Amino acid sequence: MSSAELTDLLQIILLTVTTVAVMVTAGFKRDHGLINALTQTGLFASLFIFVIIEPVTPLQVTPLLIIDEYSLFFSALIIIGGIAVTAMAYPYFEKHHQYNEEFYLLVLCGTLGGVVMAASNHFVSFFIGMEMLGISLYALIAYPIHSPKPAKFPLEAAIKYLIMSGIASAVMLFGMALIYAMVGSFEFAKLAQAPSGIDAAYQPVLLVGYLMIIAGIAFKLSLVPFHMWTPDVYEGAPLPVTAFLATVSKAGMVAVALRLLLAAEAFNFGEVTVVLSLLAAASMIFGNLLALLQSNLKRLFAYSSIAHLGYLLVVVIAAAAVPDIVSIESMSYYMTAYFLMSLGGFAVLSALSNSNKELDSITDIQGLFWRNPWLATVMITVLLSLAGIPLTAGFIGKFYIFTTGVEGKLWFLLTVLIIGSSIGLYYYLRLIYTMLQEPHGTIANDPAAARLPVGLNVVMAAMTIAIIYLGVYPTPFIETLQSLASTF
Amino acid sequence: MILVWLMVILFAGGIGAWLAESRGAEHPRAVALAAILLDLFLVILMLVAPDTLGLGTADTVAQLGQQGEWLVLLQADWIPRFGVSFIFGADGLGLMLIALTVFLGLVSLGAAWGEIHERSGFFYFNLLWTLAGVIGVFTALDLFLFFFFWEVMLIPMYFIIAIWGHENKEYAAMKFFIFTQVSGLLMLLSILVLVYFHYDSTQQMTFSYFELLGTQLPDNISMWVMLGFFIAFATKLPAVPVHNWLPDAHSQAPTAGSVILAGILLKTGAYGLLRFTVPLFPAESVVFGPYAMTLGVISILYTAKVAFAQTDLKRLIAYTSVSHMGFVLLGIYAWNAQAVQGAVMTMLAHGFSAAALFMLAGGLQHRIHTRDMDKMGGLWGVAPQMAFMAMFFTVAAVGMPGLGNFVGEFLVLLGSFQVSHTITAFAALGLVVAAVYSLIVIQKVFFGKNVNNLKMADLSGMEFLCLALMMIGLIWMGMYPQTMLDMAQPTLQSLNIAFPG
Repeated sequence: MSSAELTDLLQIILLTVTTVAVMVTAGFKRDHGLINALTQTGLFASLFIFVIIEPVTPLQVTPLLIIDEYSLFFSALIIIGGIAVTAMAYPYFEKHHQYNEEFYLLVLCGTLGGVVMAASNHFVSFFIGMEMLGISLYALIAYPIHSPKPAKFPLEAAIKYLIMSGIASAVMLFGMALIYAMVGSFEFAKLAQAPSGIDAAYQPVLLVGYLMIIAGIAFKLSLVPFHMWTPDVYEGAPLPVTAFLATVSKAGMVAVALRLLLAAEAFNFGEVTVVLSLLAAASMIFGNLLALLQSNLKRLFAYSSIAHLGYLLVVVIAAAAVPDIVSIESMSYYMTAYFLMSLGGFAVLSALSNSNKELDSITDIQGLFWRNPWLATVMITVLLSLAGIPLTAGFIGKFYIFTTGVEGKLWFLLTVLIIGSSIGLYYYLRLIYTMLQEPHGTIANDPAAARLPVGLNVVMAAMTIAIIYLGVYPTPFIETLQSLASTF
Repeated sequence: MILVWLMVILFAGGIGAWLAESRGAEHPRAVALAAILLDLFLVILMLVAPDTLGLGTADTVAQLGQQGEWLVLLQADWIPRFGVSFIFGADGLGLMLIALTVFLGLVSLGAAWGEIHERSGFFYFNLLWTLAGVIGVFTALDLFLFFFFWEVMLIPMYFIIAIWGHENKEYAAMKFFIFTQVSGLLMLLSILVLVYFHYDSTQQMTFSYFELLGTQLPDNISMWVMLGFFIAFATKLPAVPVHNWLPDAHSQAPTAGSVILAGILLKTGAYGLLRFTVPLFPAESVVFGPYAMTLGVISILYTAKVAFAQTDLKRLIAYTSVSHMGFVLLGIYAWNAQAVQGAVMTMLAHGFSAAALFMLAGGLQHRIHTRDMDKMGGLWGVAPQMAFMAMFFTVAAVGMPGLGNFVGEFLVLLGSFQVSHTITAFAALGLVVAAVYSLIVIQKVFFGKNVNNLKMADLSGMEFLCLALMMIGLIWMGMYPQTMLDMAQPTLQSLNIAFPG
């Protein structure tokens, strides 16, 4: 292995080393603070390693992984997600739970899985990354069952996720097998040349293979109609894990899915576009409609994330008609905005909660604006951004989707997008309104009035500033994205 | 830069007002007053002595390659990726609307002065930010920037209704927001389609108003794109059938909120039609004109009738607003010099008269805690000053010759008569119906017996001052409308409106 290849793998190596170090340290000394700090250090080191050491890009490292600006960008997002989740987890588990250390081990493994997915251009690394992430998640979702009084139904959620995710993986694996049978390769890049060389009679097999993979991806991204598990798992999992699920697991999958679809030129099959369009439209409509009915914030965010991934899919579909560069740029921007909004929102919720008691009902945030203006400001910024109001990253993200959609002439999907966002406005506004109402009950013992840990404050401040900065002056960030799209 | 300063002062003043709350509940309003007065000073300077600010007709005009006389222009890059830039400009029309905005901002401050005591910091923050957003709307000449401000003025207004509103505020605020936002999204889509086709033919991505003028769209979609703009502006105007957010928003909003809504926010819709919809889609507007004028007439007559059936004072005034804005719609789509001049005059005069009426209605509600006219009566004896003011602004709204509204509506009818006799004949009926519902108000509230023995204070000094200023404004507009007509003239010429003779 050349030194260039080793350099490019440094991020993954550092994450692996951190995982081992955390495991060994926890074996000697169970100390929540120490392990948390160690995890953070490792995550920060792997985030900034490429600032210090210039990576060689793009570089194919072994047939399995490709390190390019695109993969590094998504790795950075995923690691930032890991950092935020680690920061949320400390106050959440501290004092109320005895075995906290393994939590970080699982977060690190999951993050590593996400990073591997972002860098994979081979079915094997795709699957390995996905399973590393998935298996960590089974345990993470069930994590608080040792708690004397678990907040929700973690075991139910974990079993549900285990079964659903297992089936999705199996379906996807079958799809990969079908494609391999036709093409004879696991490499994304080789898939594109294949169709012309295949007997027309076998073309449908290839198509079925792609559709099965798309079904698997849709399961993981919880697109309608593969979304059934999402609200229950979001609600049952401890809050930091819900945040992890909503961000890290989605980003890795989105990154690899777009790479696969573009590299394999799967859009040459008209059916792929049709199926994706149906998934997108259904997700935008049903995600938003079902979110209307929720009184639990975690469930509401679950449905809202379904809708947002539906919006994101519009860009992926547009990739069939617009240059790759445009769709990659739009997708990366929207994913970033979605990341910031989700992390910010979950950070506020976890500031109000701990593993014994989660305040995640809409009535719990009533009057938050007057009880704790800081938390409410973060939440309002997040909600306005989710609703796509100007001055926020969510607006520029939606603007990207609109421009890409117009360029791809996806009039039907854009109409659905407008209808979906209009419904979305209603429940986001309702939350804002709830926070502006008079507080009820006594202010004493108000968890919103308690002092917040520094880490959580930093996460919230960073997300809020980033959301507003990207909404007001996105130009520098857009240039980064254009550069990563052009070297894709 | 002066236009940017107008906004910066308000944005900064808003933040200052919010921060000042910690020093005491009375501090925010002082900060807000200072910010608005400073703005007003600058606006007056711009109107009276533009040379002192170094403003003539701007030098940058030639660079941007647009027609018309722009008093102030500014351009800077914002998001080059999308061809989005900061282009601010004001011509005669823009300046008048800015002046109206700042002046009514002062009036709304006067209305809030004695009414808002709770959470006053955040209130004045929202008030000033709404005003800044509106100024942005009136000056932005980049479609992205325009859309941006279109939304910026929306959110603080939502907060004003949702927090300081009356009994049914959640419903009203939500309705207001969703109507505006959804129609706004349609406009955004239309903007993007327009930009895309411009890009397709010139390979240049831009949102600049001047560049997009004259873009050719394919025949099968141009009508839809135009409708996207039209619906957004008609919702804001509002015109039947997308008007029904307005009565709720008005009746639930605090007085200052109603003043801004009726006085300024409705004008952004009319401004949008005049500046964007018709000039960007001239051919489509000719085809669509008769339909829009018909909608205008339906607005005039239908809402006048609905207003007649109201017992809630604020709802009644809200419906009359829709009715008056019907004249504006009619005037704009008649698209000749008299009609458009009339529409502009109506916008200005209605800004004053509606704001004053809402101030009076809000004042009444604040004093006697009801908006139900059936419970009022005989208030002339109790509050003669207030009654006199109400009488004055009611007859002004009806279109009493000698006052601004008359000039506006008369010109609209004169202009639209040249386009369609039938439509104009029906529109003129609106003047008759208006007299009926207005006199009912005066009769129910101020004449008759004071059955419930209501007692209340007469106008405060602050209220009296605000109302008197608006009164002078209306009389000026009625007696010497030439001032306004002259200012609007160059704008109209640059919009290629036919001038007879």
